[in-house]
Amino acid sequence: MLDVCVRRRQGNFTVDATFRSEAACVTALFGRSGAGKTSIINMVAGLVRPDEGHIIVGGRCLFDSKSTIDLPPEKRRVGYVFQEGRLFPHLSVRSNLTYGMRLTPKPERYVEFDQVVNLLGIDHLVDRRPAKLSGGEKQRVAIGRALLTSPSVLLMDEPLASLDFARKAEVLPFIARLAGEFSLPILYVSHSLEEILNLADVMVVLDSGRAVASGTIEELMSRRDLQSLTGYTDCGAVISTVVESHHEAAGLSYLRFQGGVLKVPRLDVSIGSRVRVRIEARNVAIALVSPEQISVQNILPGTVEEITNGNGSLVDVRLDIGCPLLARITPMALSTLDLKPGMRVFAIIKSVAVSHGIL
Amino acid sequence: MSWFSLTPVEIDALKLSLWVSGWAVAVSLPFGILAAWGLARLRFPGKSALDGLIHLPLVLPPVVVGYLLLVLLGNRGILGAWLHKTLGITIAFTWKGAALASAVMAFPLLVRAVRLSIENVDRGLEAAARTLGAGPLRVFFTVTLPLVVPGVIAGAILAFARSLGEFGATITFVSNIQGQTQTLPLALYTLTQIPGGERAAMRLCVIAVALGMAALVASELLARRYAARMES
Repeated sequence: MLDVCVRRRQGNFTVDATFRSEAACVTALFGRSGAGKTSIINMVAGLVRPDEGHIIVGGRCLFDSKSTIDLPPEKRRVGYVFQEGRLFPHLSVRSNLTYGMRLTPKPERYVEFDQVVNLLGIDHLVDRRPAKLSGGEKQRVAIGRALLTSPSVLLMDEPLASLDFARKAEVLPFIARLAGEFSLPILYVSHSLEEILNLADVMVVLDSGRAVASGTIEELMSRRDLQSLTGYTDCGAVISTVVESHHEAAGLSYLRFQGGVLKVPRLDVSIGSRVRVRIEARNVAIALVSPEQISVQNILPGTVEEITNGNGSLVDVRLDIGCPLLARITPMALSTLDLKPGMRVFAIIKSVAVSHGIL
Repeated sequence: MSWFSLTPVEIDALKLSLWVSGWAVAVSLPFGILAAWGLARLRFPGKSALDGLIHLPLVLPPVVVGYLLLVLLGNRGILGAWLHKTLGITIAFTWKGAALASAVMAFPLLVRAVRLSIENVDRGLEAAARTLGAGPLRVFFTVTLPLVVPGVIAGAILAFARSLGEFGATITFVSNIQGQTQTLPLALYTLTQIPGGERAAMRLCVIAVALGMAALVASELLARRYAARMES
């Protein structure tokens, strides 16, 4: 469990963030560059001292201005993966990996060397020097080095930012597996919503040092007031699903989510994998009765929750189909259907963007 | 007598020079690294005063440094008298004094080289080591120090070469006693003062040049080797 409440003035800039999340989930700190993401993660690591507040990880207090607890970084047992990797250039990959491991008392180790090396696919690199590694390899080694300290939380500061598209695709799946594999909470800093949609369960949105919202990805992505911060020009809902089955003949994969099943074009992932989809509001239409003889595959029953006037020409309707879904319709359609909160309707989903690997 | 058979006096001077310079570097190295680290990384009152004090031998006439050492550490000096009485240690007019004079004169060169390379160490690497569970002392010995090895080598060799050439402070502090404090430059100076000493003086001159060159080459080779190790 992660419980962070920190305040710090740095010049004219004030970082003021409070958030908490449950065990073994990925919490994303999201915001533009300069929003204070790295400052917050450095405070958790003990590299920057908050003026006041507290930081509690897994029930252990790392910092508390009231009881003047301030553990030095080496006592915090956080695994920190930096944007630039920061591998020690004078040590071999193996010595880099074991640097923190050897400093962790044996009874506290829960991560095995071989396990990490296999998971990250870096066993063939251990005898090299960091200078000889590619960007993606460096980041995988950096992740391994942090993991091998058997940390109580893994901090990742834009670990993919310095990588090109192909290298990102190479590292991302490894990160996605970490939280589950080691049941380890992860605090993930990024300004890329795509990365966050792929990885995170909980998101904290930062704007000029302040945490303006926090909650599950599904919850936050359907909030219109955060739209300017999340940066998507088209608003839409994000839904977490599990691959239920593949239907080769129909060319479809069925994704189960809280409100039922979504049918999407055949995905190249194994059954049971977690997949997140994004449905843009303009790709959702509303019908009062279930339409028949229609080419659209996904028609789901739901309830109207909230109707908000967009900027003049269009209206956003928030539906509950077991999870939030946004539909963008014309005021004309709104009055014709006479939509009111609480009404039972059908959502006609014209297109589903699947966020698997990289959106 | 062939050109390059050395007389006992010359051999004494050469041996003594290497011995004195070796000790000068060995003893000043830990202090030099500590001072360089302090100047590069710490903020404390009187830092510029300390910086100035360390660099003073670079701008003072060496004779002044030698004289100050004599005043301080001579057998009747402020510290020297105490050392002599309580510990029975004599520094002035011994090889130890020569080593000390060389060390003081070479210290700024050593500190400069090491400080520059400490300032070049990515502090992010040190922060990373902290998060991996290493305390500040361990970070210094396992991350900072290995990364400044090229600077330490360069500084040590520069200081060694400077010590080999030390003249003014040495002759003032410990005088010119053959076999005890007569290092290569002092022997060379003595030879130039006596009639017929030109040939011997030239031999010592060649040796001095060779030693200096060897030091520079060694420094370059070691630095290259270290750089190559980081790459492989």
